[in-house]
Amino acid sequence: MSVEAVTPFVEMRGIVKQFPGVLALRGVNLDVRPAEVHVLLGENGAGKSTLIKVLSGVYAPNAGEILFEGKPVHIRGPHDAQALGVSTIYQEFNLVPEMSVAENIFLGREPRFSHGFGLLDRGKLMVQAREVLSKFDIKVAPDTIVKRLGVAQQQMVEIAKALSLNARVIIMDEPTAVLTAREIDHLFKMIQDFKQRGISIIYISHRLEEVKRIGDRATVLRDGAVVGTVPVAGTPIDEVIRMMVGRDLKDKFPKTSVEPGEEILRVENLERKGILHNISFRLRRGEILGVAGLVGSKRTEMARAIFGVDKIDSGKIFVDGQLKNMKSTAHAIRSRVALVPEDRKRQGILPCMSVKENITLSMLKKFARIGILDLGKERKSAQGHANSMRIATPNLDRWVMYLSGGNQQKAVIAKWLGTEAEVFLFDEPTRGIDVGAKVEVYQLMGELVKRGAAILMISSELPEILGMSDRVLVMHEGRLAGEFTREEATQEKILSCALGSTSEQQIETGVQA
Amino acid sequence: MSEVGLKEIEKDIPAESVSSPKAGFLSRIPWGRVGMPAVLVILCVVFGTINPNFWSVMNMTNVSRQISILALISIGQTFAILSAGIDLSVGSLLALVSVVTAQQMLHFGMWGGIAAGILAGALAGLVNGLLIAKAKLPAFITTLAMLIAARGIALTLSGGLPIVDLPEQFMFFGAGKIGPIPVPAVIAIVAFILAHIILTRTRFGRYVYAMGSNEEAAVLSGVSVVRNKTLVYVISGTLAGIAGVVLTSRVISGQPTLGDGQEVYAIAAVVLGGGKMSGGVGGMWQTLMGVIVLGVLANGLNLIEVSSYVQNIVIGVIIVLAVYVDLARERRR
Repeated sequence: MSVEAVTPFVEMRGIVKQFPGVLALRGVNLDVRPAEVHVLLGENGAGKSTLIKVLSGVYAPNAGEILFEGKPVHIRGPHDAQALGVSTIYQEFNLVPEMSVAENIFLGREPRFSHGFGLLDRGKLMVQAREVLSKFDIKVAPDTIVKRLGVAQQQMVEIAKALSLNARVIIMDEPTAVLTAREIDHLFKMIQDFKQRGISIIYISHRLEEVKRIGDRATVLRDGAVVGTVPVAGTPIDEVIRMMVGRDLKDKFPKTSVEPGEEILRVENLERKGILHNISFRLRRGEILGVAGLVGSKRTEMARAIFGVDKIDSGKIFVDGQLKNMKSTAHAIRSRVALVPEDRKRQGILPCMSVKENITLSMLKKFARIGILDLGKERKSAQGHANSMRIATPNLDRWVMYLSGGNQQKAVIAKWLGTEAEVFLFDEPTRGIDVGAKVEVYQLMGELVKRGAAILMISSELPEILGMSDRVLVMHEGRLAGEFTREEATQEKILSCALGSTSEQQIETGVQA
Repeated sequence: MSEVGLKEIEKDIPAESVSSPKAGFLSRIPWGRVGMPAVLVILCVVFGTINPNFWSVMNMTNVSRQISILALISIGQTFAILSAGIDLSVGSLLALVSVVTAQQMLHFGMWGGIAAGILAGALAGLVNGLLIAKAKLPAFITTLAMLIAARGIALTLSGGLPIVDLPEQFMFFGAGKIGPIPVPAVIAIVAFILAHIILTRTRFGRYVYAMGSNEEAAVLSGVSVVRNKTLVYVISGTLAGIAGVVLTSRVISGQPTLGDGQEVYAIAAVVLGGGKMSGGVGGMWQTLMGVIVLGVLANGLNLIEVSSYVQNIVIGVIIVLAVYVDLARERRR
């Protein structure tokens, strides 16, 4: 890297971090200049999260040094990092849901009466909170209870908390993953404002379009090492992807077209009071049926109803022509239906169980002889599925929580490969996983439909819907609002259909007082 | 950048392909969990040095007899805690079982009494299980209510009085021996082996871990939480039933005041072994260690003439220390 005139505000040199069995960082260098948006890119497991946890004092590195404004510092814990002006906004917020916005912002630093025997000064708390919020134009009332806020507003509270700590570097870990387009615009405007005030941002995202929009420089990590640091403006996206995956990704959506076969799933007049209304559709073998819609259009609820998680009030579900209104998830699985849920952490993985146990949970019956599991056979089968999904893990006995997001998702999908499933309900199958893993998931979908299975794919990423679907359903407020063939479907048509008539109110989930 | 340091670290990383599919016996031992066995060895050495009688065959036989009851209810507790639940009711269930066993034995003979006692435990467990799994009440509250109610039932059925005149051959279960080993210990060992097999080698066992690790994910993987959770508490109740019968045999009478506070020691045994109250982590081997450590502690402190008041203080401190060491190790990961 060339020596620049600007002294970096933060510099990390030769950072090494080892976990049992995994070398997460292999001598990483990173320099962040004052008032720049520095993007960290890399596939899941490349070491981005580990790197920011080292900077924010969560992990102690095994080797390497950290400099602030040219001076070496010793970060022994999150408190040290905070004192140096490093604030981190994680994907999962560190907020107390039962407390007010103001209380959350000043948690642990509550203003007290000057002679009040340590009693809290609630008036001062509100005033100070209002100051921070208004200074950065954050439109949230300080006395609102945090759990009543939407995700975007909760994020704003986190940001306010960081600002009130006089942060000079704010680390944002995939801040836009849960935001709508409008909320993202607002966030980006705010980031510009921070830059003007001299605050640096370390920004982690999988969405490459965003990187173009707000990034100044980008550092690409792969396998725990830096591939390179490049100016965002002068670097084409293809180049960045090549750096991330270490190979050319010819096709972002490797679509395999299969001649559709017989009908395998038919849903008739599905009703769930106040949630799903009169939903009917068919799905044929060899087909990928995309389901588009806005957040809150009840797509997930539809999948859950088909899979027997939530009870339906009326309607019929047929699998291979046989009436199968699922009484339970076990019934759905016996009926050869599988569901990959949208929230990997909460609904997908069993964190403190091994990779093997996660993969085989739904197919244990296959390994039981007179009630006793044949563990050797189980391991062999799990190994096979882990290999075919290319799950990167030191061994099958590792707890799944120690894998990267992409590999966790592969384990969740692998769970269904050994079952009899032929109807796959994929709910946001590539959310929060990197480009490389995404392509692998798409390839797997292709293999499944080639074998005669059928896929219903719920996705909020329109390019994904357009790239992978043979047919697209659009949902709006619990109803089917439209259907398009692959040839007909365009971003505009799907979007206007998804917005329905009350479009304004739908997008405006963002900021309100 | 320190090139040398980097190379050294890289060497330690196991190549992905060499993941041991057929692990040898030694590598199956959870070496991460040798803490408790080490503590046990230290305790034995200390007690044995201060009072050589500690090592006598008679004392060892005594210890194994004393810890059998705790061992049995700790097995049930392990199932409950692994599934992210808890069973507080077992202490009182010992009393309820004791009263039922003794009363029915006077009517239907020894085997009838034993069967009735175990059945009573299982039924109480079923009630716990249905309330927790089906009515979705919190396990803590449900089994706390059962703890209170079962004691009340035991006192009501017996009128608060011991039930005596049990057949002499019934003493075998509490005081008898098979070879050199006391019968209660034999029962506990058999129960441990069976429970270990159920936990590690059956679908139900796997589902217990799954429910404790992430209940929602378990449901979405097709695990019937209602059925499996209910079974967890039936097992815990049944084991309390067996323990109650053995205890009744040892005192050779039905006692409505038995087992007071035993549930707390059962929970302590699971936690000492490294079980997590949030579920999904632990196992029979670990619980066994916890039980033996508690048993040896009580016995050893007795032998070196520490008063029973002070004993409780020591046990309390040791539980906190054990969990602290466990957590500290985990944080370092």
